[in-house]
Amino acid sequence: MSILNRSKAPKIAEQNAGRKLFGSRGATITVWIMAVIWTIPTFGLFATSFRPKADISSTGWWNLFLHPHLTFANYSAIFSTSTVSGIPNGIWPYIVNSFVITIPAVIFPITIATMAAYCLAWVKFRGSDIIFYGIFALQIVPIQLTLVPLLNLFRSGADSGAHIGSLTLIPGLNIAGKFAGIWVPHTMFALPLAIYLLHNFIASLPRDLMEAANVDGASHFTVFRRIVLPLSIPAIAAFTIFQFLWVWNDLLVALTFTGGTEGIDPLNNKLAGLAGTWGSHWELLTSSAFIQILVPLAVFFSLQRYFVRGLLAGSVK
Amino acid sequence: MSNFWSDNLPKLGQMVAAIAIFLAVLAVIFFIAGKANGKKQRPIAILVFLGPALLLVVIGLLGPAIRTLILSFKGSASHHWVGFSNYHWLFTDPSERIVLRNTVFWILFTPIITTGLGLLLAVLLDRMRRESVAKSLIFMPMAISFVGASIVWEFVYKYANTNQPQVGLMSSIAKHLGFEPPNWLLTQPLNTFLLMVVFVWSQTGFAMVILSAAIKAVPADVMEASALDGAHGWKLFRGVTFPMVRSTFIVVLATMVVSTLKLFDIVRASTGGNFGTSVLANEMYSETFIRYDAGRGAAMAIVLFLLVIPVLVYNITNLRRERAIS
Repeated sequence: MSILNRSKAPKIAEQNAGRKLFGSRGATITVWIMAVIWTIPTFGLFATSFRPKADISSTGWWNLFLHPHLTFANYSAIFSTSTVSGIPNGIWPYIVNSFVITIPAVIFPITIATMAAYCLAWVKFRGSDIIFYGIFALQIVPIQLTLVPLLNLFRSGADSGAHIGSLTLIPGLNIAGKFAGIWVPHTMFALPLAIYLLHNFIASLPRDLMEAANVDGASHFTVFRRIVLPLSIPAIAAFTIFQFLWVWNDLLVALTFTGGTEGIDPLNNKLAGLAGTWGSHWELLTSSAFIQILVPLAVFFSLQRYFVRGLLAGSVK
Repeated sequence: MSNFWSDNLPKLGQMVAAIAIFLAVLAVIFFIAGKANGKKQRPIAILVFLGPALLLVVIGLLGPAIRTLILSFKGSASHHWVGFSNYHWLFTDPSERIVLRNTVFWILFTPIITTGLGLLLAVLLDRMRRESVAKSLIFMPMAISFVGASIVWEFVYKYANTNQPQVGLMSSIAKHLGFEPPNWLLTQPLNTFLLMVVFVWSQTGFAMVILSAAIKAVPADVMEASALDGAHGWKLFRGVTFPMVRSTFIVVLATMVVSTLKLFDIVRASTGGNFGTSVLANEMYSETFIRYDAGRGAAMAIVLFLLVIPVLVYNITNLRRERAIS
């Protein structure tokens, strides 16, 4: 292996020299121009959130550079209680809701998906390939297709649950408007992609290792706990980040399954509603939006490498 | 602050309890199932490992999808059969035709522009010596929710009446260039394209990162040999680089087509689907949960699914080929 690597090293150096010949500087300038354009809108939001209300409605945010006048008043307003209409308790409850929704909605699907992926990769049986293709296919089923029937299932009372004619398959679960009513659909919707990605990874674990464990008489449960789980940490970490961002930033599932229940609304959902009702309160909207954005950005920048690895596992093959 | 804890502690408690119960149940099942031996061991393992996922996927995706298909042939309250009239309405109603037109615009433009820009950036990045900061900045919008993105872009598209100061970036630029800015988000069909810009802004980084990895995976000697043969710039790209990353390009394009079709948040948060900007995914939500016509909403969801089927078929053919090789 090391000999191979050594023989390749000079080639890469030469190739880089070749690439520099055609427009390294032009490429750098173009990419940086695009990077700046890509950043300006976000920076505008960031800058606006620190400007006084009067300034926001009278001058554009870029005037900040000419007349620097910054304030934390917007942030203290959204975090204090009963000063702002629409959020009587400030935005803390919605931040907490977002975390309460997101953390289980990440742990549940990843655990269940890792188990299923191990089974489909290493405990093959008649029909396991068909199941794998079926799950793979479900990845791109639009969530919209499932909303109404699922909502019926989660309600209670007349007409709830799943029926064929008068035969009740599953009774109404009575979890609509509760946190469980959001955890469950997020878990369901995440499974196809999670199983597919983790299957790709787990299937590529060394066969010798698995066989050695089987010879030693270890049960599938032991193999899963002692070998598969520890070795799959990179893939699990990558999908964790992906799913965290997905749930934190989701609107459709939250909007549908919270059913407007104030007590469990996540921040993103609340923000979408406030964007309509806070038409003139830009100082509040921008600061709240920035808080919403801050969490995924922190996750993104601190764990970017794992995230990219996770995306690559799914898309480049 | 005492208020904070009394309000939120119960919720956090619920969360911790849910996770603890979930893990405890799993541990007990593992413990009991692990005791099984001999002939029963394999089927029990399959049941325990695959059962929960299969159950959730069938109840959560497969069953509801079939049920939605049935609902699409029923009336607004799902009591009586109406045949194809929901579909007929969807394809003939004047306002729904605008929705369909917008959806077609979205599919035609956004995936190819996003993936194309991503490829351009990936190629340029490959020629740079240091790339990380610029790459991160372009990738960053992907971490921002579409709702957040819509608010971010409000400050670009914001419009004020003629006699008032323009605080929106584009309005201000237009004014400095000497022409009167239109009310961007109310001008049809321009507004649909402005919403597409938000999507492109958000997703280009994703396309770039994936394609950049694919370009890096092109063997060095291939590039070198073609460079020695005199292939440079555009010729090298068309003759060597692009063919080598074509399959990745198509995968990214397909992913974009699917997320474009499912797109809901940008439209909902920036215009609410008004002013002629609605798309199928947003209209489906409005029809079902605001106008309470489950039949029409279901018909829209089914059309959405039919539009995704080509991508589905392509993906499965690809997957089968890959598995056959390995």
